[in-house]
Amino acid sequence: MAEASYEEAIAGLKKLLSEKAEFQETAAAKIRQITAELVAITAGSTHFDPVDRIRTGFTHFKKSKFETDPELYGQLAKGQSPKFLVFACSDSRVCPSHILNFQPGEAFVVRNIANMVPPFDKTKYSGVGAAIEYAVLHLKVENIVVISHSCCGGIKGLMSIPEDGTNSSDFIENWVKICTRAKTKTQSNCKDLSFEEKCTNCEREAVNVSLGNLLSYPFVRESVVNNQLFVRGAHYDFVSGAFELWNLDFKLTPSLAV
Amino acid sequence: METALSASSSVSYSLFSSSSQQPHRSFFKTSHIFEFKLRTRKMEHTHLKLATSVNCSHPGLTQEVESNKMNVVIETETRQDLFEEIKHRFLSFKRNTYMKNFEHFQRLSDAQSPKFLVISCADSRVCPSNVLGFQPGEAFLVRNIANLVVPFEKGPSETQAALQFSVNTLEVENIFVIGHSCCGGIRALMSMQDEKPSCFITNWVINGKTAKIRTKAAASNLNFDQQCRHCEKESLDNSLLNLLTYPWIEEKVKKGSLAIHGGYYDFVDGTFEKWTLDYEASCVKEDTRRLAVKNREFWS
Repeated sequence: MAEASYEEAIAGLKKLLSEKAEFQETAAAKIRQITAELVAITAGSTHFDPVDRIRTGFTHFKKSKFETDPELYGQLAKGQSPKFLVFACSDSRVCPSHILNFQPGEAFVVRNIANMVPPFDKTKYSGVGAAIEYAVLHLKVENIVVISHSCCGGIKGLMSIPEDGTNSSDFIENWVKICTRAKTKTQSNCKDLSFEEKCTNCEREAVNVSLGNLLSYPFVRESVVNNQLFVRGAHYDFVSGAFELWNLDFKLTPSLAV
Repeated sequence: METALSASSSVSYSLFSSSSQQPHRSFFKTSHIFEFKLRTRKMEHTHLKLATSVNCSHPGLTQEVESNKMNVVIETETRQDLFEEIKHRFLSFKRNTYMKNFEHFQRLSDAQSPKFLVISCADSRVCPSNVLGFQPGEAFLVRNIANLVVPFEKGPSETQAALQFSVNTLEVENIFVIGHSCCGGIRALMSMQDEKPSCFITNWVINGKTAKIRTKAAASNLNFDQQCRHCEKESLDNSLLNLLTYPWIEEKVKKGSLAIHGGYYDFVDGTFEKWTLDYEASCVKEDTRRLAVKNREFWS
């Protein structure tokens, strides 16, 4: 019975895909997702207890980190003065503490879908704005790094938004639209590339849009102009295990205003 | 003093105009950045390959320094060192974690299937990967000031987008909101005088207003620090209830396929407290809004 319905489901999918080739990308992504879930289930076939996982994790941290370094944690209890403000994606595979080994106190970290920095807007984007304001004005971080990554679901979402410009109530779409400029640029520069390759290109272009958006915050702009703050873009490719870093290379045009 | 100020503001104006008021010019500029990046990338890759296969990080360093020279940036020595350090840390992650668990990372690169959505503060001292030892692939993470969850009615925002993606697409089974001691965001909320937001920070933390009102009602006899501590926890509970304002979250919690947990990390004395939302006994309706919790644990 179960086997029959499985065969049926697969046949149905095959039929649909042969008729509508445009669904192939989506179908492939969903199949990969299901495979990953099933692998995870087989890997942890014993019942997963979330509380137990958290308890073990904290106990280990307390014993091997907190208690062995009273000097650091004593200092941190008094205050923080991180050198970095980092924007990274919410994706579970790209935590900057893992890939760049940030230790407690080193980096003020914002994580959202597709590591996007929206333009200056006090009411619409107060969440990200508050983090930038706090990090730059109060903590006086010296570096802002926006880190994107390979196979980003948010960027894929952005690249898949239909061209007809229909407004969606979808939260994800509404959020990733911040970087529509990156999409437009990718579409015009990479016409001959596959969808996947376009997404990879857009991941980096979106970082550049975010770096530009950072400068729309007056306090960021001022610190950058005064060389007190440096902004950089980065891309972590977890398929090949590569990390690249680039500078925001803008030129200051001498102002004619007196 | 006055001249200096006006000079700097006119420079920033010209920056602003090139980045947002003249989109075409800024496009050209980003393309320039991108091209430069592609050129240096080749070197980085060679370097990475050398470093991982021969297990040596020195070859390539001279190239790296030269490529930095090509790029005209005014930078202090210390900042260079800082990013040199970052580079070595990444290479060390690649050697010691990525390459050693290559198959695991390849599987992960196909798709993620995290068990948790964690919402925690952007504070540099409270990264959940550090404190709770989450490994790559385990937790989908949102980090914002004061780990706030805004209610559904507030409309689209970055937190909403992350909630939608993790709950509906990734189908996480646990949402875990983690607060912490000495939270600057909560302090800002508690210090607001007239509840009229003036800057980004106040505009954001005002979302925790209910927690402030409750704190003022319950703990007005305490000193300011103690009130903040009280509010850190009130605000967590407020966020847990706000999660239930999302119809698709409430539905899953009701069915039992999604659990909501709260956590409080005190980095002064190194303790962690956790609790789980009791859906049956809680109520999200405006007039009878009430959070009930179960399975409270305290680890010290």
